[in-house]
Amino acid sequence: MGTRREWPAEGTCRIPYWIYSDPEIYAREQERIFRGPSWNYVALEAEIPKPGDFKRTFIGEKPVVVVRDRDGGINAVENRCAHRGVQFCQQHLGNATEFMCPYHQWTYDLKGDLIRAPLRRGVKNQGGMPADFDLKEHNLRKLKVACRHGVVFASFADELEPLEAYLGPAMLALFDRVFDGRGLTVLGYSRQLIPANWKLMFENIKDSYHATLLHVFLVSFGLYRVDNPSRIAIDSTGRHCAAMSWRGEQKRTADNAEMKSLIENLKLHDPTMLEPVREFEQYTLVMMTLWPNLIVQQQSNTLAMRQIATRGAGAFELAWTFFGYQTDDEAMTRRRLRQANLMGPSGFVSMDDSEVMKFAQQGVAPYPGAAGVMEMGGRDWRQEESHAVTESPIRAFYDYYRNVMEL
Amino acid sequence: MGADKRFTRMDPRELRLELEALYADYAACLDEERFEEWPDFFTERCLYKIVPRENFERGLPLATWWCESKGYLLDRVTAIRKTAVYAPRYVRRMVSGIRALGWKDDLLEARTSYAAFETLADGETRVFNVGSSRDQLAVEDGRLRFQERICVFDSLLVPNSLIFPL
Repeated sequence: MGTRREWPAEGTCRIPYWIYSDPEIYAREQERIFRGPSWNYVALEAEIPKPGDFKRTFIGEKPVVVVRDRDGGINAVENRCAHRGVQFCQQHLGNATEFMCPYHQWTYDLKGDLIRAPLRRGVKNQGGMPADFDLKEHNLRKLKVACRHGVVFASFADELEPLEAYLGPAMLALFDRVFDGRGLTVLGYSRQLIPANWKLMFENIKDSYHATLLHVFLVSFGLYRVDNPSRIAIDSTGRHCAAMSWRGEQKRTADNAEMKSLIENLKLHDPTMLEPVREFEQYTLVMMTLWPNLIVQQQSNTLAMRQIATRGAGAFELAWTFFGYQTDDEAMTRRRLRQANLMGPSGFVSMDDSEVMKFAQQGVAPYPGAAGVMEMGGRDWRQEESHAVTESPIRAFYDYYRNVMEL
Repeated sequence: MGADKRFTRMDPRELRLELEALYADYAACLDEERFEEWPDFFTERCLYKIVPRENFERGLPLATWWCESKGYLLDRVTAIRKTAVYAPRYVRRMVSGIRALGWKDDLLEARTSYAAFETLADGETRVFNVGSSRDQLAVEDGRLRFQERICVFDSLLVPNSLIFPL
Protein backbone atom coordinates (compact mmCIF):
# COMPACT_ATOMS: atom_id res chain seq x y z
CA MET A 1 0.00 0.00 0.00
CA GLY A 2 2.64 2.53 1.05
CA THR A 3 1.36 6.02 0.35
CA ARG A 4 -1.39 5.09 -2.12
CA ARG A 5 -4.58 5.96 -0.33
CA GLU A 6 -7.23 3.52 -1.41
CA TRP A 7 -9.93 2.16 0.84
CA PRO A 8 -9.87 -1.66 1.06
CA ALA A 9 -12.16 -3.36 -1.47
CA GLU A 10 -14.23 -4.99 1.30
CA GLY A 11 -15.76 -1.57 2.13
CA THR A 12 -16.42 -0.14 5.59
CA CYS A 13 -16.03 -3.51 7.29
CA ARG A 14 -12.34 -2.72 6.88
CA ILE A 15 -10.72 0.44 8.29
CA PRO A 16 -7.39 1.34 6.68
CA TYR A 17 -4.92 2.59 9.27
CA TRP A 18 -3.61 5.51 7.22
CA ILE A 19 -6.76 7.45 8.11
CA TYR A 20 -5.42 7.84 11.66
CA SER A 21 -2.02 9.30 10.90
CA ASP A 22 -1.74 10.70 7.35
CA PRO A 23 -1.24 14.51 7.53
CA GLU A 24 -2.93 14.97 4.14
CA ILE A 25 -6.00 13.11 5.34
CA TYR A 26 -5.98 15.23 8.48
CA ALA A 27 -5.80 18.43 6.42
CA ARG A 28 -8.67 17.25 4.23
CA GLU A 29 -10.74 16.47 7.35
CA GLN A 30 -10.24 20.02 8.61
CA GLU A 31 -11.42 21.42 5.30
CA ARG A 32 -14.28 19.10 4.46
CA ILE A 33 -15.56 18.07 7.88
CA PHE A 34 -14.86 20.76 10.46
CA ARG A 35 -14.97 23.70 8.04
CA GLY A 36 -17.55 21.95 5.89
CA PRO A 37 -21.35 21.82 6.10
CA SER A 38 -21.55 20.44 9.62
CA TRP A 39 -22.99 21.76 12.87
CA ASN A 40 -20.23 21.75 15.48
CA TYR A 41 -21.07 21.88 19.16
CA VAL A 42 -19.48 24.95 20.76
CA ALA A 43 -21.22 25.80 24.04
CA LEU A 44 -24.14 25.53 26.40
CA GLU A 45 -26.14 28.72 26.69
CA ALA A 46 -25.83 28.33 30.47
CA GLU A 47 -22.09 29.02 30.11
CA ILE A 48 -22.75 32.46 28.66
CA PRO A 49 -26.02 33.60 30.25
CA LYS A 50 -25.42 37.38 30.31
CA PRO A 51 -24.69 39.94 27.57
CA GLY A 52 -20.93 40.06 27.01
CA ASP A 53 -20.33 36.54 28.35
CA PHE A 54 -18.00 34.65 26.08
CA LYS A 55 -16.41 31.23 25.73
CA ARG A 56 -13.19 30.45 23.90
CA THR A 57 -13.32 27.11 22.13
CA PHE A 58 -12.29 25.19 19.00
CA ILE A 59 -13.88 23.69 15.91
CA GLY A 60 -11.53 21.02 14.67
CA GLU A 61 -8.25 22.87 15.25
CA LYS A 62 -9.64 26.36 14.54
CA PRO A 63 -9.93 28.69 17.51
CA VAL A 64 -13.32 30.39 17.83
CA VAL A 65 -15.14 32.56 20.35
CA VAL A 66 -18.81 32.21 21.23
CA VAL A 67 -20.32 35.36 22.70
CA ARG A 68 -23.70 36.66 23.79
CA ASP A 69 -24.41 40.16 22.49
CA ARG A 70 -26.46 42.96 24.03
CA ASP A 71 -29.61 41.80 22.24
CA GLY A 72 -29.25 38.38 23.87
CA GLY A 73 -28.24 36.76 20.58
CA ILE A 74 -25.37 34.31 20.40
CA ASN A 75 -22.57 34.87 17.91
CA ALA A 76 -19.58 32.76 16.95
CA VAL A 77 -16.49 34.32 15.39
CA GLU A 78 -13.02 33.16 14.51
CA ASN A 79 -10.58 33.91 17.31
CA ARG A 80 -8.33 35.72 14.87
CA CYS A 81 -7.96 39.46 14.50
CA ALA A 82 -8.85 40.62 10.98
CA HIS A 83 -5.71 42.76 10.95
CA ARG A 84 -2.74 40.43 11.50
CA GLY A 85 -4.29 37.20 12.69
CA VAL A 86 -3.61 37.50 16.40
CA GLN A 87 -5.63 35.19 18.62
CA PHE A 88 -7.16 38.03 20.57
CA CYS A 89 -9.16 36.07 23.16
CA GLN A 90 -7.04 34.09 25.59
CA GLN A 91 -9.47 33.33 28.40
CA HIS A 92 -11.61 30.18 28.50
CA LEU A 93 -14.62 32.05 29.84
CA GLY A 94 -15.27 35.67 30.67
CA ASN A 95 -17.29 38.81 30.11
CA ALA A 96 -16.43 41.65 27.76
CA THR A 97 -18.08 44.81 26.49
CA GLU A 98 -16.05 44.53 23.28
CA PHE A 99 -13.06 42.54 22.02
CA MET A 100 -9.84 44.47 21.60
CA CYS A 101 -6.88 42.79 19.97
CA PRO A 102 -3.90 43.61 22.21
CA TYR A 103 -1.44 43.97 19.31
CA HIS A 104 -2.73 47.07 17.48
CA GLN A 105 -5.94 47.53 19.44
CA TRP A 106 -8.33 46.82 16.62
CA THR A 107 -11.63 46.58 18.46
CA TYR A 108 -14.75 44.59 17.66
CA ASP A 109 -18.25 44.70 19.10
CA LEU A 110 -19.97 41.60 20.46
CA LYS A 111 -21.30 40.72 17.02
CA GLY A 112 -17.77 40.68 15.62
CA ASP A 113 -17.99 43.99 13.72
CA LEU A 114 -14.87 46.14 13.65
CA ILE A 115 -15.63 49.40 15.44
CA ARG A 116 -12.16 50.90 15.91
CA ALA A 117 -8.79 50.74 14.19
CA PRO A 118 -6.47 53.20 15.96
CA LEU A 119 -4.54 55.84 13.96
CA ARG A 120 -6.75 55.14 10.99
CA ARG A 121 -6.54 58.84 10.01
CA GLY A 122 -2.83 59.01 10.76
CA VAL A 123 -1.03 61.42 13.08
CA LYS A 124 -0.50 65.10 12.13
CA ASN A 125 -1.80 64.34 8.64
CA GLN A 126 0.84 61.72 8.20
CA GLY A 127 0.35 58.02 7.62
CA GLY A 128 -2.92 56.32 8.45
CA MET A 129 -5.01 53.97 6.38
CA PRO A 130 -5.86 54.74 2.75
CA ALA A 131 -8.85 57.06 2.35
CA ASP A 132 -11.05 54.24 1.08
CA PHE A 133 -10.29 51.96 4.03
CA ASP A 134 -13.67 50.75 5.24
CA LEU A 135 -14.10 49.31 8.76
CA LYS A 136 -17.05 47.25 7.51
CA GLU A 137 -14.79 45.24 5.25
CA HIS A 138 -12.64 44.08 8.17
CA ASN A 139 -15.00 42.42 10.60
CA LEU A 140 -14.15 39.19 12.34
CA ARG A 141 -15.03 36.14 10.28
CA LYS A 142 -18.50 35.16 11.52
CA LEU A 143 -19.86 31.65 11.74
CA LYS A 144 -23.42 30.46 11.39
CA VAL A 145 -25.02 29.68 14.75
CA ALA A 146 -27.88 27.39 15.72
CA CYS A 147 -29.29 26.95 19.24
CA ARG A 148 -31.67 24.33 20.47
CA HIS A 149 -32.91 24.09 24.07
CA GLY A 150 -29.77 25.65 25.49
CA VAL A 151 -27.19 23.95 23.27
CA VAL A 152 -25.17 26.06 20.82
CA PHE A 153 -23.77 24.81 17.52
CA ALA A 154 -21.77 26.71 14.92
CA SER A 155 -20.68 26.16 11.36
CA PHE A 156 -18.09 27.61 9.02
CA ALA A 157 -20.31 26.75 6.05
CA ASP A 158 -22.45 29.47 4.50
CA GLU A 159 -25.07 27.02 3.35
CA LEU A 160 -26.26 24.06 5.35
CA GLU A 161 -29.47 22.45 6.50
CA PRO A 162 -31.17 23.61 9.70
CA LEU A 163 -29.90 21.90 12.88
CA GLU A 164 -33.12 19.90 13.33
CA ALA A 165 -32.92 18.42 9.84
CA TYR A 166 -29.19 17.86 10.28
CA LEU A 167 -29.82 15.75 13.38
CA GLY A 168 -32.73 13.85 11.84
CA PRO A 169 -35.91 12.76 13.66
CA ALA A 170 -34.48 9.85 15.70
CA MET A 171 -31.49 11.86 17.05
CA LEU A 172 -33.63 14.92 17.60
CA ALA A 173 -36.05 12.99 19.82
CA LEU A 174 -33.17 11.62 21.92
CA PHE A 175 -31.51 15.05 22.02
CA ASP A 176 -34.75 16.58 23.32
CA ARG A 177 -34.98 13.82 25.92
CA VAL A 178 -32.01 15.38 27.76
CA PHE A 179 -32.41 18.95 26.47
CA ASP A 180 -36.10 19.30 27.11
CA GLY A 181 -36.08 23.07 27.47
CA ARG A 182 -35.34 23.15 31.20
CA GLY A 183 -32.60 25.55 32.23
CA LEU A 184 -29.22 23.88 32.57
CA THR A 185 -26.62 24.34 35.32
CA VAL A 186 -22.95 23.85 34.54
CA LEU A 187 -21.34 21.70 37.26
CA GLY A 188 -17.81 22.01 35.95
CA TYR A 189 -15.17 21.15 33.40
CA SER A 190 -12.61 18.48 32.77
CA ARG A 191 -10.06 18.55 29.95
CA GLN A 192 -7.90 15.79 28.59
CA LEU A 193 -5.26 15.65 25.90
CA ILE A 194 -5.61 12.19 24.42
CA PRO A 195 -2.72 11.01 22.24
CA ALA A 196 -4.92 9.40 19.60
CA ASN A 197 -6.65 10.36 16.37
CA TRP A 198 -10.00 12.07 16.95
CA LYS A 199 -11.95 9.39 15.07
CA LEU A 200 -10.91 6.81 17.65
CA MET A 201 -12.99 8.72 20.19
CA PHE A 202 -16.11 8.42 18.05
CA GLU A 203 -15.38 4.78 17.33
CA ASN A 204 -15.00 4.14 21.04
CA ILE A 205 -18.42 5.51 21.93
CA LYS A 206 -20.09 3.86 18.95
CA ASP A 207 -18.46 0.56 19.89
CA SER A 208 -20.70 -1.45 22.22
CA TYR A 209 -18.55 -4.54 21.56
CA HIS A 210 -15.66 -3.07 23.59
CA ALA A 211 -17.90 -1.55 26.25
CA THR A 212 -19.18 -4.92 27.31
CA LEU A 213 -15.67 -6.40 27.56
CA LEU A 214 -13.11 -3.76 28.53
CA HIS A 215 -14.81 -1.99 31.43
CA VAL A 216 -14.97 -3.98 34.65
CA PHE A 217 -16.96 -1.25 36.39
CA LEU A 218 -19.50 -0.84 33.62
CA VAL A 219 -19.91 -4.55 33.12
CA SER A 220 -19.87 -5.75 36.74
CA PHE A 221 -22.35 -3.20 38.00
CA GLY A 222 -24.61 -3.78 34.98
CA LEU A 223 -24.33 -0.14 33.88
CA TYR A 224 -23.81 -1.35 30.34
CA ARG A 225 -23.64 -4.87 28.99
CA VAL A 226 -24.84 -6.20 25.69
CA ASP A 227 -26.88 -8.88 27.49
CA ASN A 228 -28.92 -6.00 28.95
CA PRO A 229 -31.79 -4.86 26.74
CA SER A 230 -30.13 -2.46 24.29
CA ARG A 231 -30.94 -0.54 21.16
CA ILE A 232 -29.04 1.38 18.55
CA ALA A 233 -30.31 4.19 16.35
CA ILE A 234 -28.42 5.73 13.45
CA ASP A 235 -29.55 8.68 11.34
CA SER A 236 -30.22 8.19 7.65
CA THR A 237 -26.75 9.41 6.61
CA GLY A 238 -24.83 7.23 9.07
CA ARG A 239 -23.01 10.16 10.68
CA HIS A 240 -24.88 10.30 14.02
CA CYS A 241 -25.66 7.47 16.35
CA ALA A 242 -27.22 6.74 19.72
CA ALA A 243 -26.70 3.71 21.92
CA MET A 244 -29.46 3.11 24.43
CA SER A 245 -29.76 0.54 27.15
CA TRP A 246 -31.27 -0.42 30.46
CA ARG A 247 -29.23 -1.25 33.52
CA GLY A 248 -28.90 -4.96 34.26
CA GLU A 249 -27.98 -7.08 37.25
CA GLN A 250 -24.58 -8.01 38.64
CA LYS A 251 -25.17 -11.64 37.78
CA ARG A 252 -23.35 -14.28 35.79
CA THR A 253 -25.60 -15.89 33.15
CA ALA A 254 -25.10 -17.99 30.03
CA ASP A 255 -25.42 -14.77 27.96
CA ASN A 256 -22.48 -13.02 29.61
CA ALA A 257 -20.33 -16.08 30.24
CA GLU A 258 -17.67 -14.79 27.82
CA MET A 259 -17.39 -11.39 29.50
CA LYS A 260 -14.34 -11.82 31.67
CA SER A 261 -14.74 -8.36 33.12
CA LEU A 262 -17.91 -9.31 34.98
CA ILE A 263 -16.84 -9.75 38.60
CA GLU A 264 -19.87 -10.99 40.49
CA ASN A 265 -18.55 -10.16 43.94
CA LEU A 266 -17.12 -6.73 43.09
CA LYS A 267 -18.55 -4.38 45.71
CA LEU A 268 -18.03 -0.73 46.42
CA HIS A 269 -16.64 0.05 49.88
CA ASP A 270 -18.84 3.12 49.77
CA PRO A 271 -21.91 2.42 47.65
CA THR A 272 -23.05 6.06 47.82
CA MET A 273 -20.90 6.71 44.75
CA LEU A 274 -23.33 4.78 42.62
CA GLU A 275 -26.91 5.11 43.79
CA PRO A 276 -28.69 6.26 40.65
CA VAL A 277 -32.34 7.22 40.57
CA ARG A 278 -34.57 6.92 37.53
CA GLU A 279 -34.70 10.31 35.93
CA PHE A 280 -35.51 9.86 32.27
CA GLU A 281 -38.10 7.84 30.47
CA GLN A 282 -37.14 4.44 29.16
CA TYR A 283 -33.39 3.94 29.02
CA THR A 284 -30.91 4.29 31.89
CA LEU A 285 -28.16 5.09 29.40
CA VAL A 286 -28.11 7.01 26.15
CA MET A 287 -24.78 7.86 24.55
CA MET A 288 -25.12 9.99 21.44
CA THR A 289 -22.34 10.67 18.97
CA LEU A 290 -23.17 13.72 16.88
CA TRP A 291 -21.04 14.45 13.83
CA PRO A 292 -18.48 15.88 13.84
CA ASN A 293 -17.38 16.82 17.38
CA LEU A 294 -19.87 15.95 20.12
CA ILE A 295 -20.73 13.13 22.45
CA VAL A 296 -23.79 13.63 24.64
CA GLN A 297 -23.47 11.46 27.71
CA GLN A 298 -26.35 10.32 29.86
CA GLN A 299 -25.16 7.44 32.03
CA SER A 300 -27.55 7.06 34.97
CA ASN A 301 -27.55 10.57 36.54
CA THR A 302 -24.31 11.82 35.09
CA LEU A 303 -24.76 14.20 32.17
CA ALA A 304 -21.99 15.69 30.12
CA MET A 305 -21.07 17.14 26.77
CA ARG A 306 -17.78 15.76 25.49
CA GLN A 307 -16.39 18.05 22.84
CA ILE A 308 -13.60 16.93 20.54
CA ALA A 309 -11.00 19.44 19.31
CA THR A 310 -8.34 18.00 17.03
CA ARG A 311 -4.63 18.62 17.71
CA GLY A 312 -3.02 17.14 14.62
CA ALA A 313 -3.65 13.62 13.36
CA GLY A 314 -2.21 12.03 16.49
CA ALA A 315 -3.99 13.84 19.31
CA PHE A 316 -7.18 15.55 20.35
CA GLU A 317 -8.46 17.52 23.27
CA LEU A 318 -11.54 16.14 24.94
CA ALA A 319 -13.36 18.90 26.79
CA TRP A 320 -16.04 17.69 29.20
CA THR A 321 -18.78 20.00 30.41
CA PHE A 322 -20.78 18.32 33.18
CA PHE A 323 -24.22 19.73 33.77
CA GLY A 324 -27.52 19.31 35.56
CA TYR A 325 -30.83 21.15 35.55
CA GLN A 326 -31.87 24.29 37.35
CA THR A 327 -34.66 22.20 38.86
CA ASP A 328 -32.20 19.78 40.53
CA ASP A 329 -32.36 19.61 44.31
CA GLU A 330 -29.22 19.27 46.42
CA ALA A 331 -29.46 15.48 46.54
CA MET A 332 -29.59 15.24 42.75
CA THR A 333 -26.63 17.57 42.31
CA ARG A 334 -24.64 15.48 44.78
CA ARG A 335 -25.65 12.30 42.95
CA ARG A 336 -24.40 13.76 39.66
CA LEU A 337 -21.11 14.83 41.23
CA ARG A 338 -20.58 11.41 42.82
CA GLN A 339 -21.36 9.58 39.60
CA ALA A 340 -18.98 11.87 37.73
CA ASN A 341 -16.32 9.60 39.27
CA LEU A 342 -17.16 7.23 36.41
CA MET A 343 -16.18 9.79 33.78
CA GLY A 344 -13.39 12.13 32.77
CA PRO A 345 -9.61 11.59 32.89
CA SER A 346 -9.96 9.62 36.15
CA GLY A 347 -13.29 7.97 35.41
CA PHE A 348 -13.71 4.44 36.69
CA VAL A 349 -15.05 3.72 33.20
CA SER A 350 -13.57 6.31 30.88
CA MET A 351 -9.95 6.13 32.03
CA ASP A 352 -9.86 2.68 30.44
CA ASP A 353 -10.96 4.32 27.18
CA SER A 354 -8.35 7.07 27.10
CA GLU A 355 -5.65 4.50 27.78
CA VAL A 356 -6.93 2.06 25.16
CA MET A 357 -7.28 4.83 22.54
CA LYS A 358 -3.62 5.61 23.11
CA PHE A 359 -2.76 1.91 22.68
CA ALA A 360 -4.78 1.93 19.45
CA GLN A 361 -2.91 4.94 18.08
CA GLN A 362 0.38 3.30 19.06
CA GLY A 363 -0.65 0.26 17.04
CA VAL A 364 -2.19 1.82 13.94
CA ALA A 365 0.12 4.79 13.30
CA PRO A 366 3.27 2.72 12.60
CA TYR A 367 1.29 0.43 10.25
CA PRO A 368 -0.58 2.72 7.84
CA GLY A 369 -0.78 -0.03 5.23
CA ALA A 370 -2.71 -2.43 7.44
CA ALA A 371 -6.46 -2.38 8.10
CA GLY A 372 -8.82 -3.17 10.96
CA VAL A 373 -11.67 -5.68 10.80
CA MET A 374 -15.19 -4.53 11.55
CA GLU A 375 -17.55 -7.46 11.06
CA MET A 376 -19.39 -7.80 14.36
CA GLY A 377 -23.09 -7.75 13.49
CA GLY A 378 -22.52 -8.01 9.73
CA ARG A 379 -20.72 -6.04 7.06
CA ASP A 380 -23.20 -3.20 6.50
CA TRP A 381 -25.45 -1.12 8.70
CA ARG A 382 -29.11 -0.34 9.30
CA GLN A 383 -30.75 2.62 10.99
CA GLU A 384 -32.11 0.56 13.85
CA GLU A 385 -30.89 -2.40 15.82
CA SER A 386 -32.70 -4.03 18.73
CA HIS A 387 -29.43 -5.28 20.20
CA ALA A 388 -25.88 -3.98 20.62
CA VAL A 389 -23.80 -6.98 19.60
CA THR A 390 -22.67 -5.08 16.57
CA GLU A 391 -20.14 -2.63 15.17
CA SER A 392 -22.64 -1.26 12.69
CA PRO A 393 -22.51 2.33 14.07
CA ILE A 394 -18.81 2.46 13.19
CA ARG A 395 -19.46 1.13 9.68
CA ALA A 396 -22.19 3.76 9.29
CA PHE A 397 -19.84 6.50 10.48
CA TYR A 398 -17.21 5.50 7.93
CA ASP A 399 -19.79 5.22 5.18
CA TYR A 400 -20.58 8.89 5.67
CA TYR A 401 -16.92 9.77 6.27
CA ARG A 402 -15.92 8.22 2.94
CA ASN A 403 -18.61 10.22 1.15
CA VAL A 404 -17.48 13.50 2.66
CA MET A 405 -13.80 12.74 2.19
CA GLU A 406 -14.22 11.12 -1.24
CA LEU A 407 -12.19 8.09 -0.15
CA MET B 1 -7.26 14.18 74.19
CA GLY B 2 -3.67 14.14 75.45
CA ALA B 3 -2.62 13.59 71.87
CA ASP B 4 -4.57 16.65 70.74
CA LYS B 5 -2.74 18.88 73.15
CA ARG B 6 0.57 17.46 72.15
CA PHE B 7 -0.11 18.87 68.67
CA THR B 8 -2.18 21.96 69.40
CA ARG B 9 0.32 23.29 71.91
CA MET B 10 3.28 22.37 69.78
CA ASP B 11 5.97 24.91 69.06
CA PRO B 12 5.46 26.19 65.47
CA ARG B 13 8.86 24.97 64.37
CA GLU B 14 8.21 21.52 65.76
CA LEU B 15 4.77 21.45 64.14
CA ARG B 16 6.36 22.34 60.86
CA LEU B 17 8.71 19.38 61.19
CA GLU B 18 5.72 17.13 61.91
CA LEU B 19 4.01 18.39 58.76
CA GLU B 20 7.10 17.94 56.64
CA ALA B 21 7.43 14.37 57.88
CA LEU B 22 3.75 13.72 57.15
CA TYR B 23 3.91 15.01 53.58
CA ALA B 24 7.17 13.16 52.94
CA ASP B 25 5.64 9.90 54.18
CA TYR B 26 2.50 10.53 52.15
CA ALA B 27 4.43 11.17 48.92
CA ALA B 28 6.71 8.19 49.52
CA CYS B 29 3.72 5.91 50.09
CA LEU B 30 2.30 6.90 46.70
CA ASP B 31 5.60 7.12 44.81
CA GLU B 32 6.41 3.60 45.97
CA GLU B 33 2.92 2.49 44.96
CA ARG B 34 1.97 1.25 48.40
CA PHE B 35 -1.61 2.19 47.51
CA GLU B 36 -3.15 -0.13 50.11
CA GLU B 37 -1.54 1.98 52.84
CA TRP B 38 -2.67 5.28 51.33
CA PRO B 39 -6.23 5.42 52.78
CA ASP B 40 -4.72 5.15 56.26
CA PHE B 41 -3.48 8.74 55.90
CA PHE B 42 -7.14 9.81 56.05
CA THR B 43 -9.87 9.78 58.67
CA GLU B 44 -12.93 7.58 58.17
CA ARG B 45 -15.24 10.44 57.16
CA CYS B 46 -12.66 12.30 55.11
CA LEU B 47 -13.15 14.40 52.01
CA TYR B 48 -10.60 14.00 49.22
CA LYS B 49 -10.87 15.78 45.90
CA ILE B 50 -8.75 16.53 42.88
CA VAL B 51 -10.18 19.65 41.28
CA PRO B 52 -9.23 21.58 38.12
CA ARG B 53 -8.30 25.10 39.13
CA GLU B 54 -10.81 26.60 36.71
CA ASN B 55 -13.66 24.84 38.54
CA PHE B 56 -12.29 25.80 41.94
CA GLU B 57 -11.94 29.48 41.07
CA ARG B 58 -15.38 29.70 39.47
CA GLY B 59 -17.03 27.93 42.38
CA LEU B 60 -18.06 25.02 40.15
CA PRO B 61 -18.40 21.86 42.25
CA LEU B 62 -17.22 19.25 39.73
CA ALA B 63 -14.11 17.33 40.78
CA THR B 64 -11.91 14.98 38.78
CA TRP B 65 -11.78 12.77 41.87
CA TRP B 66 -14.68 13.08 44.30
CA CYS B 67 -14.21 11.01 47.44
CA GLU B 68 -16.54 11.47 50.40
CA SER B 69 -15.18 8.82 52.75
CA LYS B 70 -12.35 6.39 53.25
CA GLY B 71 -14.52 3.89 51.37
CA TYR B 72 -14.22 5.99 48.21
CA LEU B 73 -10.45 5.85 48.58
CA LEU B 74 -10.52 2.08 48.97
CA ASP B 75 -12.63 1.88 45.80
CA ARG B 76 -9.99 3.90 43.95
CA VAL B 77 -7.37 1.43 45.18
CA THR B 78 -9.51 -1.43 43.86
CA ALA B 79 -9.63 0.30 40.46
CA ILE B 80 -5.85 0.80 40.38
CA ARG B 81 -5.10 -2.75 41.46
CA LYS B 82 -7.87 -4.80 39.90
CA THR B 83 -10.24 -3.17 37.47
CA ALA B 84 -8.69 -0.32 35.48
CA VAL B 85 -6.78 -0.85 32.23
CA TYR B 86 -3.76 1.43 31.88
CA ALA B 87 -0.17 1.55 30.68
CA PRO B 88 2.55 1.04 33.30
CA ARG B 89 3.92 4.28 34.69
CA TYR B 90 5.95 5.85 37.44
CA VAL B 91 4.61 8.94 39.17
CA ARG B 92 6.79 10.93 41.54
CA ARG B 93 5.45 13.69 43.74
CA MET B 94 7.35 16.70 45.08
CA VAL B 95 5.79 18.68 47.91
CA SER B 96 7.05 22.11 48.87
CA GLY B 97 5.94 25.37 50.40
CA ILE B 98 4.32 23.61 53.32
CA ARG B 99 2.45 26.12 55.47
CA ALA B 100 0.48 25.60 58.67
CA LEU B 101 -2.28 28.21 58.75
CA GLY B 102 -3.48 27.42 62.24
CA TRP B 103 -5.96 25.40 64.28
CA LYS B 104 -9.69 25.72 63.97
CA ASP B 105 -12.07 23.41 65.88
CA ASP B 106 -9.41 20.73 66.43
CA LEU B 107 -8.40 20.82 62.77
CA LEU B 108 -5.08 22.07 61.52
CA GLU B 109 -5.30 23.90 58.24
CA ALA B 110 -2.31 23.41 55.95
CA ARG B 111 -1.36 24.36 52.40
CA THR B 112 1.28 22.97 50.11
CA SER B 113 2.45 23.24 46.52
CA TYR B 114 2.99 20.01 44.70
CA ALA B 115 4.26 18.74 41.38
CA ALA B 116 3.79 15.22 40.04
CA PHE B 117 6.07 13.86 37.34
CA GLU B 118 5.04 11.00 35.14
CA THR B 119 7.28 8.54 33.31
CA LEU B 120 5.77 6.16 30.76
CA ALA B 121 7.56 3.22 29.19
CA ASP B 122 8.44 4.93 25.88
CA GLY B 123 8.52 8.57 26.88
CA GLU B 124 10.61 11.13 28.63
CA THR B 125 9.61 12.13 32.12
CA ARG B 126 7.07 14.94 31.95
CA VAL B 127 5.52 17.34 34.40
CA PHE B 128 2.17 15.69 34.79
CA ASN B 129 0.17 17.59 37.35
CA VAL B 130 0.99 20.75 39.28
CA GLY B 131 -1.10 22.45 41.92
CA SER B 132 -1.68 23.24 45.53
CA SER B 133 -3.25 21.23 48.28
CA ARG B 134 -5.66 22.75 50.78
CA ASP B 135 -5.72 20.38 53.69
CA GLN B 136 -7.46 19.98 57.05
CA LEU B 137 -5.68 17.67 59.45
CA ALA B 138 -7.15 15.95 62.47
CA VAL B 139 -5.27 14.29 65.30
CA GLU B 140 -6.26 10.66 65.48
CA ASP B 141 -4.50 7.84 67.35
CA GLY B 142 -1.68 10.22 68.15
CA ARG B 143 -0.93 11.14 64.55
CA LEU B 144 -2.11 13.66 62.01
CA ARG B 145 -4.60 12.40 59.42
CA PHE B 146 -6.29 14.17 56.54
CA GLN B 147 -9.85 15.10 57.38
CA GLU B 148 -9.91 16.99 54.12
CA ARG B 149 -7.46 17.13 51.23
CA ILE B 150 -8.30 19.17 48.15
CA CYS B 151 -5.72 19.12 45.37
CA VAL B 152 -6.39 22.05 43.06
CA PHE B 153 -4.42 21.62 39.85
CA ASP B 154 -3.18 24.31 37.45
CA SER B 155 -2.43 21.86 34.65
CA LEU B 156 -5.98 21.88 33.33
CA LEU B 157 -5.31 19.83 30.23
CA VAL B 158 -4.67 16.40 31.76
CA PRO B 159 -2.20 14.35 29.70
CA ASN B 160 -4.48 11.42 28.91
CA SER B 161 -5.50 10.01 32.29
CA LEU B 162 -5.01 10.60 35.99
CA ILE B 163 -5.01 7.17 37.55
CA PHE B 164 -2.89 7.32 40.71
CA PRO B 165 -3.69 9.61 43.65
CA LEU B 166 -1.94 12.90 44.32
